[in-house]
Amino acid sequence: MHNNKKPLLIASAAVLAASMATGASAATLDSVKEKGFVQCGVSTGLPGFSAPDDAGNWQGLDVDVCRGVAAAVLGDASKVRYVPLTAKERFTALQSGEIDVLSRNTTWTATRDTSLGLNFAGVNYYDGQGFMVSKDLGVASAKELDGAAVCIQSGTTTELNLADYFRLNDMSFEPVVFDTSDQTVKGFEAGRCDVLTSDQSQLYALRIKLSDPASAMVLPEVISKEPLGPVVRQGDDQWFNIVKWTLFAQINAEEMGLSSDNIEEKKSDTNPNVARLVGADGNYGEAMGLPADWAYQVIKQVGNYGQMFERNVGTGSALGIERGLNALWTDGGVQYAPPVR
Amino acid sequence: MSIEKTLSRVTEKMIDSRPAPSDSIGAVAWLRSNLFAGPINTLFTLFALYLVYLLVVPSLQWALIDASWSGTSREDCTGEGACWVFISARLDQFIYGFYPSEETWRVDIVFAVFAALIAWLAIPKLPAKGWVAIVSLAVFPFIAYFLLHGGSFGLEIVGTHEWGGLMLTLVLAVVGIVAALPLGILLALGRRSEMPIVKSICVVFIEFWRGVPLITVLFMASVMLPLFVPGEVNLDKLVRALIGITLFQSAYMAEVVRGGLQAIPKGQTEAGMALGLGYWRNMGLIVLPQALKLMIPGIVNTFIALFKDTSLVLIIGLFDLLAIVQAGLADPKWLGYSIEGYAFVALVFWVFCFSMSRYSQYLERLLHTGHKKR
Amino acid sequence: MTQPASRPPATVKPPFWRDPAKRALIFQLLMLAGVFGVLAIIVSNTLTNLESRGITTGFAFLDNTAGFGILQSLIDYSEQSTYGDTFIVGLLNTLLISALGVIAATVIGFVMGVARLSPNWLISRLAAVYIEVFRNIPLLLQIFFWYFAVLRTLPSPRGSLSLGEAFFLNVRGLFVPAPITSSGFSVVIAVFVLAVVASGIFSYWNRQRQARTGQRLPAGWISLGLIIVAPLLAYFAMGMPLSWELPELKGFNFRGGITVVPEFLALWVALSVYTAAFIAEIVRSGIEAVPHGQTEASRALSLSGGMTLRLVVVPQALRVIIPPLTSQYLNLIKNSSLATAIGYPDLVSVFAGTTLNQTGQAIEVIAMTMLVYLTISLLVSMFMNWFNARMALVER
Repeated sequence: MHNNKKPLLIASAAVLAASMATGASAATLDSVKEKGFVQCGVSTGLPGFSAPDDAGNWQGLDVDVCRGVAAAVLGDASKVRYVPLTAKERFTALQSGEIDVLSRNTTWTATRDTSLGLNFAGVNYYDGQGFMVSKDLGVASAKELDGAAVCIQSGTTTELNLADYFRLNDMSFEPVVFDTSDQTVKGFEAGRCDVLTSDQSQLYALRIKLSDPASAMVLPEVISKEPLGPVVRQGDDQWFNIVKWTLFAQINAEEMGLSSDNIEEKKSDTNPNVARLVGADGNYGEAMGLPADWAYQVIKQVGNYGQMFERNVGTGSALGIERGLNALWTDGGVQYAPPVR
Repeated sequence: MSIEKTLSRVTEKMIDSRPAPSDSIGAVAWLRSNLFAGPINTLFTLFALYLVYLLVVPSLQWALIDASWSGTSREDCTGEGACWVFISARLDQFIYGFYPSEETWRVDIVFAVFAALIAWLAIPKLPAKGWVAIVSLAVFPFIAYFLLHGGSFGLEIVGTHEWGGLMLTLVLAVVGIVAALPLGILLALGRRSEMPIVKSICVVFIEFWRGVPLITVLFMASVMLPLFVPGEVNLDKLVRALIGITLFQSAYMAEVVRGGLQAIPKGQTEAGMALGLGYWRNMGLIVLPQALKLMIPGIVNTFIALFKDTSLVLIIGLFDLLAIVQAGLADPKWLGYSIEGYAFVALVFWVFCFSMSRYSQYLERLLHTGHKKR
Repeated sequence: MTQPASRPPATVKPPFWRDPAKRALIFQLLMLAGVFGVLAIIVSNTLTNLESRGITTGFAFLDNTAGFGILQSLIDYSEQSTYGDTFIVGLLNTLLISALGVIAATVIGFVMGVARLSPNWLISRLAAVYIEVFRNIPLLLQIFFWYFAVLRTLPSPRGSLSLGEAFFLNVRGLFVPAPITSSGFSVVIAVFVLAVVASGIFSYWNRQRQARTGQRLPAGWISLGLIIVAPLLAYFAMGMPLSWELPELKGFNFRGGITVVPEFLALWVALSVYTAAFIAEIVRSGIEAVPHGQTEASRALSLSGGMTLRLVVVPQALRVIIPPLTSQYLNLIKNSSLATAIGYPDLVSVFAGTTLNQTGQAIEVIAMTMLVYLTISLLVSMFMNWFNARMALVER
């Protein structure tokens, strides 16, 4: 009796495989609506951008992008499921469909945009790479770092910029590569390296993780352009538009003076720009497969870009970062959104 | 000399045995033979004593005497030594992960039932082992799934992304081993098969998984598996990790099973065939029941190895016990207590693994009756 | 499959599904078809997925410039090297840590295994505690411990622990002098090689002679003398063609000499200590498996304690020890991949980590990585099987 069970097994496996293979290719928007939540890839813990608080709720600037998308699509900003990802796994997680949006302080670069099957939907934080050193090292400029040991997080653009910068300035360095940003801080604190390099925003976030934040300082040099933004899969333009315009709606809202506090009264404002944005005039959501009040929901539940910034990383928060480049174009920054019309 | 005279010198009652010489019994003799036999031995003993003094005294001082035990925040860490407050304040998270606190009773029930089943199986005297084994292998997994995941019987769904801590560690290890067992049995039978193609497929499969590190298997499961299935099938991150672990583990399990099968004399199979039993009935009724009993120590040892290896899932971003403690260590409010955190994880793993290895050694002795001199 | 009570006459051929040979053939064909079917489904799914997600495939990326730095490299590596070079760097680092780990684990394991059997109660207890503690705690945790907990206690470069201005230990690693050879050194190496060959021939001749005449020269001492003294003579004859480059504190850190990075040290200690705990148990059970009668018999033949151990106990114990020892070696090699947790640049960390991430070529990179480990495992197994066959009992 050799052959009375295994063929059955194989046959059932084949049937299973076949039934799995017939799943029709559904658009991201439909699958999100069907699931009832947005799957959002975030970091494994970066204060101000994406980190769980004491109660285990995710908070931060990147988290708010996902909450905005959920508010626009499902009308409820809390319908987000967060998937913490390391820098290494983030792109595969998006490519494989495990997440719908990757909002994990990811730098927009040509390679990533063109050869990884990804689309960057905008920039929610203009950043640049910097250096953090211990104060008692007595270094005032990055140019004095020849021969230093540098802690970096693996799989980031930072790793490449660093090599370029040191080579350009004819300096040598010793790269100490860690998997997570937590480990880089631990390595820095243990004295394994002289310098910790990362995006400047992260440096501020990581500095508050030191047991004595005052002992470290961030050097003035910014050695790269790091536009950070949400990423979606290539090939689903509808979903791409939704994520892109959710962010634009928030930037536009700040420019128009709309915030979560006053949106209720401004809803019936006569300003045609406002009326178009909140859906009182025309239906700009329809073309994206969204309800007319999509932008209203985003602003009502998550707030405008300025609120989002202040709450998570701004001068009022633990990170205390100035708006700088991230101010609206009207205030000397580069945050600029196309008009809704 | 007459015989009477001789006899009169013979005592008529037995002389009590005398105590052993005083230098070969008692504490002093034990010390002499075990610790101070010869100058080199004495030197070793003194050196070892010094080593123990160096290691044990400061650790005890740090871990117990100077430690702070109770409290809720780092302000309560007043002692010079360890601050176990960090552990007690976050104990719930370390055990249940991000599982909603009002639902943790479900995890408790699963833990309790699991412990009871294991205890029943582990204590040799209790009856009806077969039924209990069937229940724990065939029924319990479903109960556990419904309780932990929810979604029916009015239980709220708790997604796997909220699982973590010790609970996740146990889930990974137990599911890994239970799912790997049947696969391992099939592979072992295949490897011993006389059909060349079946045999070579099984050998290649087993040697492949045994030849690669678990970490690359986990990478593959988390990075490549989604590419292997049709585009719209979305496998949960935990399920992917479990698939990787199961495939990896089934190869090791197959080798354990093969060892058990080899220990069954060929006469058993031949007798079964003489009774007209076919291959599967011969295996299922005669060989496997005997072999499985012999395999238990091997299975327990494999389980210990897997239990320790589950800590690797932290590299693919699942929050097992080690990962969740590490995450806690990064909390700005609890900086600088990494030794306490790691010591706690080490202790938990050690208690589990040590007791299991003791049990497997005990079983080995129990099973070897008659084969081996004791 | 119950047989009918009365067999049909032998002339009637059984239907083909009752013929074991044909049945086996059909079953195997079905299984083969099943395996290939599953493989085909996987491949086709993967291709569709890759295409629909716009991911490029192929091994062309190996020629692209890597652009990132690597902490430790055995070959000449810079940021302008290619991704293919990162593969080689990672592979060599893996081989380095594995080889040194195997050696250290074997030494510690044998010492601890023998200590476990020591007549000294305290020593044997301590060995038992060592074994039970280290083999029951996950290796990953031990690596973290050696790296993060021990690293913290080391001084900064300026306050390095030093040994005679030549060896320095600090949080950045261990700094040792590097040998610098000048022209005549190749002669010394040649003499060394010759001495090794000569001592091999000598010990062979010695064995033949012992078999013939029963006479035996102290081959070990003579070979040792040959291997040490001859190169030394050559060294002085060539005018000492070797100098040392001492590490020196410059700027942030020591320059010159050889740097052993702390990631390497932590991983090495953790791997050796963990695996040694298993090896100690194997050694103990191997020695215990040699019947006591063997020792008694060799003492009766008036062999000394050392000779008893070397000629009687160890060869027999090795037969029991080698097969499980092999699997421990394989485990150590595979466990070296945990380097990625603390950033030691091994194959998994550099190639399946950074390179995978910078290129996004998951399938190619993971496949290459797995293939490397498979090959190493197979080679080690083959070598150990050969060694085992040599040691196996030759029954006459």
